[in-house]
Amino acid sequence: MSATNEQAFAGHSIALTLNGQTRQVDVQPWTTLLDLLREQLDLVGTKKGCDHGQCGACTVLRDGKRINACLTLAIMCDGAELTTIEGLADGDTLHPMQQAFIKHDAFQCGYCTPGQICSAVGLANEGRASTDDEVKELMSGNLCRCGAYSNIRAAVVEVLPSMNAAPDQGGRGQ
Amino acid sequence: MNANTPIPGSSALGQPMDRVDGRLKVTGQARYAGEYPELGLLHGSVVSSTIASGRVVRIDASQALAVPGVIAVIDHTNRPPIASYDEDYQDADSAEGSPFRPFYNDRVLYSGQPLVLVVADTLELARHAGSLVRIEYEIKSHQTDLSVGQGDAHTAPAETPKPRGDFPGAFAHAAVTVDTHYSTPNEHHNPMEPHASTVFYKPDGSLEIHDKTQGTQNCQDYLHSVFGLEKEKIRILAAFVGGAFGSGLRPQYQLPLAVMAALKLQRSVRLTLTRQQMFTFGYRPQTLQHMRIGAAKDGKLMAIAHDAIGQTSRFEDFTEHVVEWSGMLYQCDNVQLSYKLAPLDVYTPLDMRAPGAASGMVALECAMDELAIAAGIDPVQLRIVNFADSNGNEGKPYSSKELLACYEQGAERFGWSKRNPEPRSMRQGRQLVGWGMAGGVWEAMQMPASAKASIDSSGKITVSSATTDIGTGTYTVMTQIAAEAAGVNPEDVTFVLGDSSLPTSPLQGGSFTVSSVGTAVQQACRALRAKLLDAVRMAHPQYAVVDMADVGYGDGYLLIDDQRFAYADIVRESSHETLDVQIDAKPDDKREGYSTATHSAVFVEVLVDEDLGTIRVNRVVDAVAAGRVVNSKTARSQILGGVVWGIGQALQEESQTDHTLGRFMNHSLAEYHIPVNADIGEIDVFFVEENDSIVNDLGSKGVGEIGIVGVASAIANAVYHATGKRVREFPITLDKVL
Repeated sequence: MSATNEQAFAGHSIALTLNGQTRQVDVQPWTTLLDLLREQLDLVGTKKGCDHGQCGACTVLRDGKRINACLTLAIMCDGAELTTIEGLADGDTLHPMQQAFIKHDAFQCGYCTPGQICSAVGLANEGRASTDDEVKELMSGNLCRCGAYSNIRAAVVEVLPSMNAAPDQGGRGQ
Repeated sequence: MNANTPIPGSSALGQPMDRVDGRLKVTGQARYAGEYPELGLLHGSVVSSTIASGRVVRIDASQALAVPGVIAVIDHTNRPPIASYDEDYQDADSAEGSPFRPFYNDRVLYSGQPLVLVVADTLELARHAGSLVRIEYEIKSHQTDLSVGQGDAHTAPAETPKPRGDFPGAFAHAAVTVDTHYSTPNEHHNPMEPHASTVFYKPDGSLEIHDKTQGTQNCQDYLHSVFGLEKEKIRILAAFVGGAFGSGLRPQYQLPLAVMAALKLQRSVRLTLTRQQMFTFGYRPQTLQHMRIGAAKDGKLMAIAHDAIGQTSRFEDFTEHVVEWSGMLYQCDNVQLSYKLAPLDVYTPLDMRAPGAASGMVALECAMDELAIAAGIDPVQLRIVNFADSNGNEGKPYSSKELLACYEQGAERFGWSKRNPEPRSMRQGRQLVGWGMAGGVWEAMQMPASAKASIDSSGKITVSSATTDIGTGTYTVMTQIAAEAAGVNPEDVTFVLGDSSLPTSPLQGGSFTVSSVGTAVQQACRALRAKLLDAVRMAHPQYAVVDMADVGYGDGYLLIDDQRFAYADIVRESSHETLDVQIDAKPDDKREGYSTATHSAVFVEVLVDEDLGTIRVNRVVDAVAAGRVVNSKTARSQILGGVVWGIGQALQEESQTDHTLGRFMNHSLAEYHIPVNADIGEIDVFFVEENDSIVNDLGSKGVGEIGIVGVASAIANAVYHATGKRVREFPITLDKVL
């Protein structure tokens, strides 16, 4: 960030627990959570596919719930606990959902993948899906242009039971 | 140990290996073009034309420039110098004509054309300031409607096969005929990652650019000729590409615009297009197609005519292979193909997944279904009867064509024999059940490509080529090919790509990357193994004359008699830090006597709601013949993706134009529908065994395109079977079924 950038962003101070770390950041009232993550904090794992809440590539977990970061103003996140794709693994140990995505080849280009994985973890936290059909419906907010949908389902369906048994894995900020 | 063979079980080829870049992708560590930071990086935002034809009279940027943090507003009047000649703008995937020259002059050639670039300290400031730019136009009338413009169509500058036999005579005397018209709409690639370029301006004036592209060297060449920069001062990087499907085959306008800003300001600049702007360059063009097929009573094809009109821009003639397939898939002696283009006030179309085949095969394979019905023959049987083992367009035999196996095994897995041919005869409650099928075909091409292989004293091999991985699995399959050819484990190979400074590679596209770059990688790694043997011969006089054919290899060892020589030791004992080879690979001459292609047979079950007309693709079986499969996991994923594309093509995708404004209306992912997870049912992909010693030494044909081809026609044929309604205008939306 340049000095000019910092001046431009000098706005309101908010406190976040981001991927388990407490952060104090200054945001402008119009800055979206997505732009805060990508442009200010260099957490580019959260993707911008449409910036209009239509594709799900920017899905992150806020207090364990999946949200579109592009439709969330950063200033609304004061005091929130956020988990992005960068915060799901435990050190070198991948989150079971990340592992399952690799195993089932649930991605190709990888651009929708962080959003898919965060969405799947959020789905597990919701505790309302277990079958292939339910996953199919409840993962439909995340577009994948490479068409990896059936592999995504295979990965999610495989991991859901273990996550339902241990809901604390659900990206509530380690 | 057998002579010159890998240790049994050690071959990495064909294994369902996990993607080597998987970990980076699932942890968010893979960086894409618009994701590289730098202190003081500037951000661009493009202002696009709101008219489809005319001139820019005045651009008022005063309000934009007054915004604190706005650094510059660039347009055709104050841009840095750029080339003016057409040839300077041509690239490796150019269409015939005059390429679009961004910011060249005041002319507006299409709606959505980039006219102004605002550069500011932050993305938000640039975007906001862009909204303050006022543009005055001199508006000219435009035509964007193909149904009107088709009257002005001219013969496409394509090598459409000449007529063979006597189509009119044979068609007139055929016992069974079909004479039908089909149309396919404009479609946009819409990769999930919008096009982006990050241009790092270096102190010496050189440019290091992260670009979303399918051809790093194509972009380097383009910038070299457009801006007159030395090639050595331009490096294009594309480590990860968030999908492309053809959209990155040509340098797109965000690249020259970001470079203009960087050169003008001598600063680093990033420009990312919005999703709406992803509808302001290339696309799959709309087509109008006329099929005439005549057959004998037993279904044997007597005559085929396939006439297509595609849309193009007023400045370039974009061509693709729309009608060729009708002259090569089946045995037929009387064939007549024509292909015309209608210029409109639009941007030039662009290759999009299986360009031409995805559109043209819709007409051929729907017409074949209509012929089967007219002749009272099962659609699979009709295709078996007309199987061709040579390509009638070229008069050459196929190097391999296991299409009959696709029909037979696909039908078996699908349960085709249980199909009642009568339309509307099968149902599940209020759902009409339809079973349809179609064939698919795509060329198996090979281009010249180069690769470098290098081994160090720890036995680790680095292989490189300037190609890209757009999600296709290139990193992974090249690692496997290299491991097999060098005789090491895949863990000991690192494949490096996405860098214009690496050995020459063709564009990543057309399903020819495994064939082209894979062959170069294979040859480079074989040569590296030979070089290792040379080092052994030098260091161990008793083996000075040992023949390569008598040397076994695998797991990082050469085996001569009972002696094992570890690669790491060989390098250590040589006087070099690394042993390197670079190879320039070309298609083998033996290909010239043959036609090479991939094939498929697609079987589909649709459920059509009798009351609402909603169509669901419940089940797909796709049998593919693509030669040897290098990675059964990633190859299957490619086909799965292609099938999903086919479902989108059949039922959803259509870029709709408001002809009054001359502009795409549904330019967002909410209104340009692509399949979501809930749209995708069971997809069973399998590869039939196909041995091909002609196509290349790998025996591999590539799988990027074949997955989509035939799917839309199989769905249309299934919808007919379910409902008794033949929809010939794609996509098949519910209003057309009710």
